[in-house]
Amino acid sequence: MLEITTTRNNLFIDPTVTVWGWEIPIYLFLGGMVAGMMIIAGYFILKRRDKEENCSCHYLPWISIALLSLGMFALFLDLSHKLYVWRLYTTFQITSPMSWGAWILLLVYPALIANVLISPPKFLTDKVPFAKTLSGKIKEHPFLIKNIGVMNMVFGGMLGIYTGVLLSTLGARPLWNTSILWVLFVVSGLSTAAAFVHMIARDKYERELLAKADNGFLIMELVVLIMMIVGLLTSTQAHIDAAYLILNGPYAATFWVFVVLMGIVIPLIIQLLAVNHKIKHTPIAPILVIVGGLILRFVIVQAGQYSHWFNVHFK
Amino acid sequence: MARFGMVIDTKKCVGCQDCVIACKTENDVPDGCSRDWIVTETNGKFPNLNMEIRTERCNHCDNPPCVSCCPTGASHVHDVGNVVLVTHEKCIGCKACHEACPYDARFVNPAGYADKCTFCIHRTEKGEETACQAVCPTHCIYFGDLDDPNSEVSILLNSRKNHKLIPEAGTKPRIFYLT
Repeated sequence: MLEITTTRNNLFIDPTVTVWGWEIPIYLFLGGMVAGMMIIAGYFILKRRDKEENCSCHYLPWISIALLSLGMFALFLDLSHKLYVWRLYTTFQITSPMSWGAWILLLVYPALIANVLISPPKFLTDKVPFAKTLSGKIKEHPFLIKNIGVMNMVFGGMLGIYTGVLLSTLGARPLWNTSILWVLFVVSGLSTAAAFVHMIARDKYERELLAKADNGFLIMELVVLIMMIVGLLTSTQAHIDAAYLILNGPYAATFWVFVVLMGIVIPLIIQLLAVNHKIKHTPIAPILVIVGGLILRFVIVQAGQYSHWFNVHFK
Repeated sequence: MARFGMVIDTKKCVGCQDCVIACKTENDVPDGCSRDWIVTETNGKFPNLNMEIRTERCNHCDNPPCVSCCPTGASHVHDVGNVVLVTHEKCIGCKACHEACPYDARFVNPAGYADKCTFCIHRTEKGEETACQAVCPTHCIYFGDLDDPNSEVSILLNSRKNHKLIPEAGTKPRIFYLT
């Protein structure tokens, strides 16, 4: 037998760490989805689809700003020393992915605003007429428009990558401590973004294109998930225990039912049938993908906090 | 430059919790929070049991993940003794350091900032003992410079069997347990 007792009972630390609540998964989900939306919108602009009246790149940037701001508000709510948040921008800590993230967000917002200005929405031009003038100036330079597209794709990629790296560098939580986590988050971000755009796109070509792209992203997500689990299962005992938390442990039901089955497999089957014209496109598959992406972040964050090097000693 | 470390003789520790109370009193640790604590580990099969009682706290690691993950530089390695400290006015309460610590040594102070053992730096930089060491009735806690081969802690580590906590996490902890 091995019995360990401790007199420590710190709030949110014992018996298992729960210092990160709902705010972090919400932020990681919205950050990942916005990253995917920036890549998609950037791609459309690069292909000069902004000339099409119905292109989703006309409204994706301001939706992205709204969703990212919502995510950042959740992040702000998580801070326990809120009045000192400005301290993030008094330094750059090269070893801290959270510091990278803070500065990456400062790049992301101007890129999104520049994208909004290519074709500013009516509610903006009504209130800020200058936006229309600026938009006219931008449209005079096609090269500038293409660069805004590239900028959105690059900064969107950086945003998506950082959300995964943020967790994977925290070596004390074996479930997170896998270098493939950022790939999972980027692919999941792309699949949720593709699902979202598929759902709201007015253009039939875009809906069809994004449904096909989403199928690719979902297959990639499944492969990356399998690779991540294989990596954990062939690592140390702490990593093996961490993998079993989602395979057959306390988080298994949520993981298998909501993330794998309803978040990836079922929408993939529905969308494969839809793109092959066996059934009509409905919002069911995109909604399942989006909810699955959200629950993936919750499972990874919560199970990750549960995973611990100490568990090795309880064996 | 000194490199402060701690050696705890588990053959002497009786788990009386004097160190826990001394720390709370000395450092004004809020109710419901602990910077140090007692762990009792029982191994084996009855009647052949082996018990280790030890007092635990922040390990002031040589490779502190709480410092490298801090986005504001609030968590830092202090000039005196390479002790890992938190500057309260720089901490935003993001709790990344809590997640980064394999020992779960940190907690959120009700004022909002990350809190943990400081090796009583306000005392030790003046050459005094830590509060936990000062009150220990069995004198099981030793504190000193690990880089000084003539310090009490170095001599003990060279002469007695000892172990660290979770060395496989790669943080290079500076608290050693004599067995």
